[in-house]
Amino acid sequence: MPPLSYNFAYLDEQSKKMIRRAILKALAIPGFQVPFGGREMPLPYGWGTGGIQLTASVIGPDDRLKVIDQGSDDTVNAISIKQFFTKTAGIDTTEETVKATIIQTRHRIPETPLQKGQIMVFQVPIPEPLQFIEPRQTQTAKMHAFEEYGSMHVKLYEDIAKFDRIATAFDYPVQVHGRYIMSPSPIPKYDNPKLHQSPAIHLFGAGREKRIYAVPPFTDVISLDFEDYPFELEQWDGACAVCGSQNSFLDEILTDDKGTRVFICSDTEYCKNNAGKNTP
Amino acid sequence: MSVLQENDSLPLLEVRHLSKFFGKQLGCHDISFAVSPAEVIGVVGESGSGKSTLLDCIAGRLKSSNGAVLFNSSVGMLDLCRCDEALVRKIIRTQTGYVTQNASQGLKMHISAGGNIGEKLMANGMRNYRQIRKEALAWLAKVEIDPGRIDDLPSTFSGGMQQRLQIAANLVNAPKIMLMDEPTSGLDVSVQARLIDVLRKLVSGLNLSMILVTHDLAVARLLCHRLYVMKQGKIVESGLSDQILDDPRQPYTQLLVSSVLKP
Repeated sequence: MPPLSYNFAYLDEQSKKMIRRAILKALAIPGFQVPFGGREMPLPYGWGTGGIQLTASVIGPDDRLKVIDQGSDDTVNAISIKQFFTKTAGIDTTEETVKATIIQTRHRIPETPLQKGQIMVFQVPIPEPLQFIEPRQTQTAKMHAFEEYGSMHVKLYEDIAKFDRIATAFDYPVQVHGRYIMSPSPIPKYDNPKLHQSPAIHLFGAGREKRIYAVPPFTDVISLDFEDYPFELEQWDGACAVCGSQNSFLDEILTDDKGTRVFICSDTEYCKNNAGKNTP
Repeated sequence: MSVLQENDSLPLLEVRHLSKFFGKQLGCHDISFAVSPAEVIGVVGESGSGKSTLLDCIAGRLKSSNGAVLFNSSVGMLDLCRCDEALVRKIIRTQTGYVTQNASQGLKMHISAGGNIGEKLMANGMRNYRQIRKEALAWLAKVEIDPGRIDDLPSTFSGGMQQRLQIAANLVNAPKIMLMDEPTSGLDVSVQARLIDVLRKLVSGLNLSMILVTHDLAVARLLCHRLYVMKQGKIVESGLSDQILDDPRQPYTQLLVSSVLKP
């Protein structure tokens, strides 16, 4: 039996074409969820089937792929997806944000600023930001179409009523290009401002829900808030225990069973570079 | 059709030859009436007579098979059955209220009482948390719910409180007309009395029109200026409430009125 061979980047060309069409439509209507014929991928739903289909459709032989999961380059999911594309497309992978042309991500946008020409691919679990308010998809489609977004603030209202601040920390709803309300996938709200007027292309793929949406370069992305409770970023008391960074998203890690804890950068590549800079 | 409206050049809402069929099944047929500003209209009849179907057609929840619903909105007289859906939704959202029989359908049960009241305010563009909070507290007081319960979920409220909360959530953006589908059914008599009391106070204070669908003639007598009696999808009798209830003409209405238990 001859060895199994796949088309370049696993997906067949017709499927890629269909997904590229959906991507173009999504780029033309920033923040609008475009339905697409999601394909079965050789990984389970919830592990990034949407993102991997987007990457497979936009990747070329010259691309360099970076995959991060929780900001880390070396988790199982990130390494498996990188291996998948090395095997099926023979492309180079990298851990360096500046060298990557395509960055597939689950939870973070890298701390290193993105550049023109780069493509961010997000794996999205719940593409519909209105789902909390209105579970019926027939209704949410109409609410998007007629721009009936006021009730989106109910979620934020509930937060303030309960915690006296907007406690939503991830998947924080944004308005794109002054029109569509979009769920920025499970990135922390700390990363929301990075979407605003970003020079890179941001593509969002939800495999189970079969939706693609996008933020084209240099587009307004505004986080929702109240006049008297404005959008705020997370802040930490300390700096990163490894690299000493004070302006990066920090993870809290327990180091013993007495409650001792340290904070370290969630973006491992940024942390490594930063540590190198501080200790010559 | 009625004595009251002859002088009113422009009614707030006018239903013209409205029909609704579910396949071969008749929902309501050839219904015409008008509601003047600040007028409370009652629609009574036995269950299955098409009252709720009529109300749902007016509220845009059902698509009518025939006829027109003219609404005197802020942008002029509009046929809610015909004009642009985006506009109809906006007008229904900002200028009408709809109170369901079962509060769990009208309220968002997983959102606090304050959030339920504030939803319409936020939907209409209010973006100031403190102001929304203030309005919500004021409305809780108006419908006689302890303002201390503003952050509680409606599921922790009693049936009567849920119904009053639903009314507050609908009145908060000052609609021109309220559509009510049996708001008092399923409530204890004493709770009903309190709800009616609250409603009467609010209606007289707000200059609000109302279409009240009910099978409870006592509620109809207390709240409504005029009554329409429906039977098998058609209006069989109409007139002033007291006139209909004290001196019913049609045999069906006589039966309906005489079937009420007298204590």
